[in-house]
Amino acid sequence: MELIAVYLAFILVLSIFLGFELISKVPATLHTPLMSGANAISGITLVGALAAAGAGEAQEGLATALGVAAVAFATVNVVGGYLVTDRMLGMFRKR
Amino acid sequence: MSDIYINLAYIASAALFVFGLKMLSSPATARRGNLLSSIGMLIAIVATLTAQGIVSYQWIAVGALAGGVIGALAARLVAMTSMPEMVALFNGSGGAASLLVGWAALSAATDPTAFTAAVAFLSILIGGVTASGSIVAWAKLAEVVPSRAVVFPGQRVVNGLLLAAIVVGGTLFATQPATDAPLFYALLGLALLLGVMAVIPIGGADMPVVISLLNSYSGLAACAAGFAIDNNILIVAGSLVGAAGIILTNIMCKAMNRSLANVLFSGFGAVQAATKVEGEVKPINVEDASIILEAASSVTFVPGYGMAVAQAQHVVRELGDLLEAHGTEVTYAIHPVAGRMPGHMNVLLAEANVSYDKLVEMEDINPRMPNVDVAVVIGANDVVNPAARDDATSPIHGMPIINVDHARTVFVLKRSMASGFAGVDNPLFFGQNTRMLFGDAKASISGVVAQFKG
Repeated sequence: MELIAVYLAFILVLSIFLGFELISKVPATLHTPLMSGANAISGITLVGALAAAGAGEAQEGLATALGVAAVAFATVNVVGGYLVTDRMLGMFRKR
Repeated sequence: MSDIYINLAYIASAALFVFGLKMLSSPATARRGNLLSSIGMLIAIVATLTAQGIVSYQWIAVGALAGGVIGALAARLVAMTSMPEMVALFNGSGGAASLLVGWAALSAATDPTAFTAAVAFLSILIGGVTASGSIVAWAKLAEVVPSRAVVFPGQRVVNGLLLAAIVVGGTLFATQPATDAPLFYALLGLALLLGVMAVIPIGGADMPVVISLLNSYSGLAACAAGFAIDNNILIVAGSLVGAAGIILTNIMCKAMNRSLANVLFSGFGAVQAATKVEGEVKPINVEDASIILEAASSVTFVPGYGMAVAQAQHVVRELGDLLEAHGTEVTYAIHPVAGRMPGHMNVLLAEANVSYDKLVEMEDINPRMPNVDVAVVIGANDVVNPAARDDATSPIHGMPIINVDHARTVFVLKRSMASGFAGVDNPLFFGQNTRMLFGDAKASISGVVAQFKG
């Protein structure tokens, strides 16, 4: 258990550094699509929500209900986030 | 599918997220980057659905359908001027999802360890703060509640006590995790309250900072949820989002020359301006303005939130096109905190079909400003206020500004002589080379366009 936690912390630290490197190269012009795109990525919680919503009889009803609500919220982020980012980026044209 | 294959799929997803963000470094590749990122998400979701623990799909379908329809409709229907409200709500929805995942993980666990309980609690706490804070931010942006800073005596004491109660309660909870106990519900309520308390003292002009910060929280909440359910892709994606939010927060703070602590706790906008500016304003009418513009060889438009309010971006672009056809060099200078969220003005002008290579950042336009014949300020105020540069007693002193007063002529489009969002007087309006074009920005620009065409 502890070892897994340490591995996860390892991933966390490296990802944060990677994130800083990547995001600092995004120009100011694209900061709004960056935020909505980040919203879409934070919808990754959906992956956790799926497990909670789909466990069936293995858990009590409350956990499933919470999972279903989590699926709904996270899907709003994933679907809405990617679509609105695409819509915005489609407007950035060079003439 | 066994865990090995699911985790291999997660590696592919993580790589696609990273590539997607990398391609966001240029407007030319950004759209494909977003597509790659969404493919990464699809891979992660499909792989997770094949996990052995997932046996019943009907409830998943119900939740996904509800969320998908809401998300798709919102993404399609939202006006570009309302993008800050939309992003605020999306932040909130991400926070709520993390809160619920943390809660579900705890209530499903038979005998959670202190570590699991602690990280699940963190996921609930950060998720809760993000969710309720985002709703308050949305309400302020949509002006459902007054957008000014709400401050009251003893606010810091109250917030300090609130935070202390959460830390003590959270520690207690980690040692005895029971989600059906009163302690849990009390903590849930306190987390939501903390989000509200954190956002109410922040005024409308500071909204770009708050939205960026909440964006960061929504990522960190996903990270915490990842720790709670031992899931690495949640941690990778969550920290990418967290880093994005922190960087944007930092950029916004720098662009206002304020520390994050100052933005979060000082209740700016509640303070009164120190200096009053005296002088005479020189109004100009549409006819004279178009004559001056016609003679100019370089024109810079400087948009602010007022352009969004007046929905003037399309007529501005029309005027820009007419000037270009006339042989005038046209640029659009954009301050990092113009509008209500990072990059807000860029999106509006892109929507109006302005070519993105004409959108110029503050650092790039300022050295060129003395060679600009006419700077046209549309609904911007504090970001072009020379007092920020010259007057050490000004509340916004030290904030970097677009030096429109260095241009040969400045037109300021303004409804009336009221002061800006920060409540600070603007000496620009009384400048020798400044001409005020009073009235609705959209009507004024339309008038100039009509003069050009006629």
